[in-house]
Amino acid sequence: MIFHTGVLALVVGSLIVLIMAFFSVALALKIIIGWDITKSTAKQLLLERQTYLVTTIMKYVMGFQILSLFLFVYTADDIHKLFVGAMCATGSLNANPIGWSVLFAKIVIFFLCAMWLAINRVDELAEDYPLVRFKYKYLIALAPVIALEAYWQLDYFLGLRANVITSCCSSLFSDEGATVASSLSSLPVGPSLYVFYAAGAVEIALLSALLMRRAGRNGAWLRYISGAWSFIFFVVSIASIISFVSIYYYETPVHHCPFDILQKQYMFIGYPLYGSLFGGVLFSMAAAVVEPFKKIDSIRTEIHNAQRRWTKISIVLIIMFIIIATWPIIFSNFRAYG
Amino acid sequence: MKGNGRIIEYALSTLARRKFKNFSVAAVFSVLIAVLSSILFLTHAYKTETLKLLDNSPAIILQNMSGGRHELIPTEYIKTLSGIAGVGQIAPRYWGYYYDSLTSANYTLMAVDEGMQDVKLIEGRMPQTDTECAVGRGVADLRQAGLKDDFFLITGAEQSVNLKIVGIFTANSAILTNDLVVMTKDGLVKFFNMPADRATDITIEVNNPAEVSMVARKIRHAFPNSRPILKSELIRTYDNIFNWRGGIVLTMFFGAIAAFMIFVWDKATGINAQERQEIGILKAIGWETSDVLTLKFWEGAVVAICSFFTGLILAYVHVFYFNAQFLAPVLKGWSVLFPRFEPMPYIDIYQIFVLFFLTVVPYVAAGVVPSWKAAISDPDVVMR
Repeated sequence: MIFHTGVLALVVGSLIVLIMAFFSVALALKIIIGWDITKSTAKQLLLERQTYLVTTIMKYVMGFQILSLFLFVYTADDIHKLFVGAMCATGSLNANPIGWSVLFAKIVIFFLCAMWLAINRVDELAEDYPLVRFKYKYLIALAPVIALEAYWQLDYFLGLRANVITSCCSSLFSDEGATVASSLSSLPVGPSLYVFYAAGAVEIALLSALLMRRAGRNGAWLRYISGAWSFIFFVVSIASIISFVSIYYYETPVHHCPFDILQKQYMFIGYPLYGSLFGGVLFSMAAAVVEPFKKIDSIRTEIHNAQRRWTKISIVLIIMFIIIATWPIIFSNFRAYG
Repeated sequence: MKGNGRIIEYALSTLARRKFKNFSVAAVFSVLIAVLSSILFLTHAYKTETLKLLDNSPAIILQNMSGGRHELIPTEYIKTLSGIAGVGQIAPRYWGYYYDSLTSANYTLMAVDEGMQDVKLIEGRMPQTDTECAVGRGVADLRQAGLKDDFFLITGAEQSVNLKIVGIFTANSAILTNDLVVMTKDGLVKFFNMPADRATDITIEVNNPAEVSMVARKIRHAFPNSRPILKSELIRTYDNIFNWRGGIVLTMFFGAIAAFMIFVWDKATGINAQERQEIGILKAIGWETSDVLTLKFWEGAVVAICSFFTGLILAYVHVFYFNAQFLAPVLKGWSVLFPRFEPMPYIDIYQIFVLFFLTVVPYVAAGVVPSWKAAISDPDVVMR
């Protein structure tokens, strides 16, 4: 275990998020069992009011999850000095590979929370709360994921062993060979460049097609394809950041770290880069996730309007992301090819 | 849905109306943040300072071990060491500790070496004969001695050695030199009664940084009783020590964080009839529950942001103007002759981030349920 202030903050934060999540699960169970919109009893009124509490808590949980994602990456970066051979966050994560699972879990939870909030949003727009049961079942399913992530995170930090000088001899020799790899293997620059721009073009084309589609026409499949494609685009983008965006920003052909761009020496460019990517993908996926609920009469128009709004935001963010990713390729002095 | 700007405006006016209650929360919160951020700032300052010092330390320090303890090292090792490929400059170091019963303090006695001549931190000069010495500012103050004064040390045989102070290290180098007494090599060897062919340890430079661990391995192969200490290991170890110290002190304050959460919960729960009536009226004139929740959010946010910055400023003043007088003894470690260490003012975004997570997250979490309870009050009930 490493007694580091960042580690302690993350563990305490997880604990608080976990308590909040399970508190809302308890409320969710109560709501699912007792919910009956047709009644106007005191109990139903209380349940309706409790939905506000759950919504508020979930908003905070999501906010905390975003912060903890960044704090986790930051902390992993800060503790890399403790491991032989580690040069940045990548090395710290390799020092106990469950760290990667924690990182993925944090990203997944971020998206799951965002989807919940999207569903919640369209549900609140309707008079009769048609999605109450669904969204609280979703919430109950989400809680174990948050618990798992908290457990992994604890496991990761507990499992870290700093390579420090022991009293008998230098640790280097007791630990021979156990140094951590400090870089990620990456895809070749040339092909990934094409794949990235192709995927980006498809993503934007799909979203634009959805915007141009006239209201009322049946085209749910396009929405689903675009949602699924957003996920593919997300994966491709992360791979591309590791493969070539990073090296153009670092201006060195061997440094593929996806975390260093969040640092000061690269002007914090990682924040707008990841922010626009996460945001763009999130809004596009949210628009797809609420599609099935168009069956319900009372929220069809609301969903349609929300989808159009989210699609527009998504297009703007994804274009921003592509511009930020392309910027150094055009304007930096570094050339990956002779 | 009201505009957020209007809600913030209203939130500010409600906060102002209940000055005492909000002020007490903000005051307690600020103190908590100040304490926690002092810990973070100070740990960070020590860490940076130490790491900066270690930057100048040699690539490898070679110690001799006997019976699992550090022992004097034969200087003849140097001949073998210089045969190892990739090894740069090699130098024996002569130093030791001296307990001064007069002032109840430990001094570090060190022989002057080549590298030290570059250190332009001295008033006076370095010792040249066996009866001269240069001392750190802390030692000079403790002995109330100045330049050209006599300085005596007692050897093991109860005989005193009289030295003349020819140099005093300036205060800027205090962390390095505060408890230092620099003598000539012969003077030191005689004082400690060291065998002529032994040194305390040997420093080794390595020309190519990538070869350091290889060189260390070869040294260990040649001298199985030796312990090569690499610079990178020293850095790692110090980093870990300061993390650990900061972490432990922080952990001690978790009780305080929990107490603060209960305090916030309590304050937020105990809304009086007047407040309840106010919310009732708001709802009667058309505010929805979600608007009241937004209002409560902004009230909390204003208190949190004000306290956060007040706390940060308090901590900054405490650590960087008053040298962290409340915390320094815990974090610095144990020694009688502490250097007067003035931490470099430096704030890292990472620290702010950690601090935010440690303080604002618990604060917000503690306030959620009470503010919801307030937000659902019925207009007809409260106005009846």
